[in-house]
Amino acid sequence: MADAIARASALEGRFLNDEGITLVRAEPATRLSLRAPKTAVKSLSKALGLDLPQRPKTSTAKDGRAALWLGPDEWLVIDENEADLVGACASVSAFHSAVDVSHRNTAILVSGPRAEAVLNAGCPQDLSLDAFPVGACSRTVFGKTEIILWRTEKDAFRVECWRSFSDYVFMLLKAAARDR
Amino acid sequence: MLLIHCPYCGEDRPELEFRHAGEAHIARPENMADMSDEDFERFFFIRSNPKGIVYERWRHIHGCARFFNAARDTVSDRFLTTYKAGEPKPDLGGEGA
Repeated sequence: MADAIARASALEGRFLNDEGITLVRAEPATRLSLRAPKTAVKSLSKALGLDLPQRPKTSTAKDGRAALWLGPDEWLVIDENEADLVGACASVSAFHSAVDVSHRNTAILVSGPRAEAVLNAGCPQDLSLDAFPVGACSRTVFGKTEIILWRTEKDAFRVECWRSFSDYVFMLLKAAARDR
Repeated sequence: MLLIHCPYCGEDRPELEFRHAGEAHIARPENMADMSDEDFERFFFIRSNPKGIVYERWRHIHGCARFFNAARDTVSDRFLTTYKAGEPKPDLGGEGA
């Protein structure tokens, strides 16, 4: 019997680098599902050290921490330095809900000149730069799964998905990348 | 694919992001325990299901997750307008039933 069970993270070993497209597993990060009414936005922004975006499809990012607008009272906060986000919100007395979803989600970084086309194989949204500029983010669908799409650069997207769906998302991206 | 205007996101989004959520503007009775079975049946089960303009609830479930209302033509499947939950039925001019 094995003395220890090796812990493998989702998407371990998955990688694709093809002409004009790169798929990489994102490094582990802490994530927060944040729900709050307008009255709490100011104090939460202060506690998290970045302004929670108020307009649809927008995000704010600073020093490896980002807040993505998901709905009128809902945000996804991602911290790539694995900071304690729940702890940061704990001091806020205004009514809100902050749930740690670090291990619920995982992310795939899709980059390269063909990134847009590859994502559009499963995502029905208009991803042209006019409609989905750098910094834009949205919860949407990719094939049969729900994802949160965030355009970090002109040719780079972060695809957040539930970790149990991550194999499916990666395989579908890979299949789409083969198709040219 | 249909494009549906989400009043919360403020733009047209593909229909795959949405889910239908039944007829709109059905007020939940406040005296449910005192209602007759017939009245309860009418509230709970009976829907108008007309041919033409319907007012429906929709949910942008794979987007902002908000419920909103829409006026849709069941013949052409065309969305005439969408509006936020809680807002009154819009005036559709000549097109409304």
